[in-house]
Amino acid sequence: MKDTVLAGRDTAGAKLGMWLFLFTEILLFGGMFLLYAVDRAKHAAEFHAAAEGLNRFVGAANTIILLTSSLTMALSIAELRSGRRERSLMFQSLTILFGCIFLGVKYFEWTAKIGHGIFPDSPKLMKLPKGQILFYGLYFVMTGLHGVHVLAGIVVLVFMLISTINRRITHHDYVRIENSGLYWHLVDTIWVYLFPLFYLIT
Amino acid sequence: MWLALVCLTATTVWVYFLHIGHAGSIIALTIASIKAGLILLFFMHLHYAGRLIQTIFLISLALVGAIGAFTFLDVFLR
Repeated sequence: MKDTVLAGRDTAGAKLGMWLFLFTEILLFGGMFLLYAVDRAKHAAEFHAAAEGLNRFVGAANTIILLTSSLTMALSIAELRSGRRERSLMFQSLTILFGCIFLGVKYFEWTAKIGHGIFPDSPKLMKLPKGQILFYGLYFVMTGLHGVHVLAGIVVLVFMLISTINRRITHHDYVRIENSGLYWHLVDTIWVYLFPLFYLIT
Repeated sequence: MWLALVCLTATTVWVYFLHIGHAGSIIALTIASIKAGLILLFFMHLHYAGRLIQTIFLISLALVGAIGAFTFLDVFLR
């Protein structure tokens, strides 16, 4: 590996550790996507009907928000490595902001659904065909788990922001924020798959 | 890069409104995979990460694929 050991910090090991964690995340969400695939294959028409209840443009907007946050995340690391600390701080703040906006949009989506009586185990949901019950169950669990991951990512990024301000993260020692970026990109990638599977069922 | 991702997202939504049935889902997932690939290569720098990490990544994908294949075999041959 090209990374070197820096004053007691094992950057190669840190990066490998992060990638290993990301692979456990792939397995975690992969298992749920598999469950989705089987349920959808067995209840194709009802999944399509249930997906009509979700707003595609809101979903698309959230996709753009998260993609943009990935961009600002990558830029923040690039700026830090080039020694431009203030610009890195700006991009880090933007990433956190976009993450919060994503969660805000999700909050409104969920409250709208719950306000209409659609939530796990609700009487209204239980009266719908089985395929639709499965769809909404998967929707709440998978977007919920993803939302928890976004929230955790925001907390981590706030710590990274503070560490950059305190100069604990510098343009020489930046593997922590690099790993945080890897995590954030993975969360974005998961949403890239969630969006067409829940919002764009033909 | 970001522009490519946004355009691919727009394409996915546009294809949906063409209402071409099952092909639409396959196209949407293909585009999603292209987007994921772009994120992996250009944001996560997978090609710089070294053989070990690249191999482990492929193994994780293969593992999910294998579990999925066996699950489908089981469920749909009952």
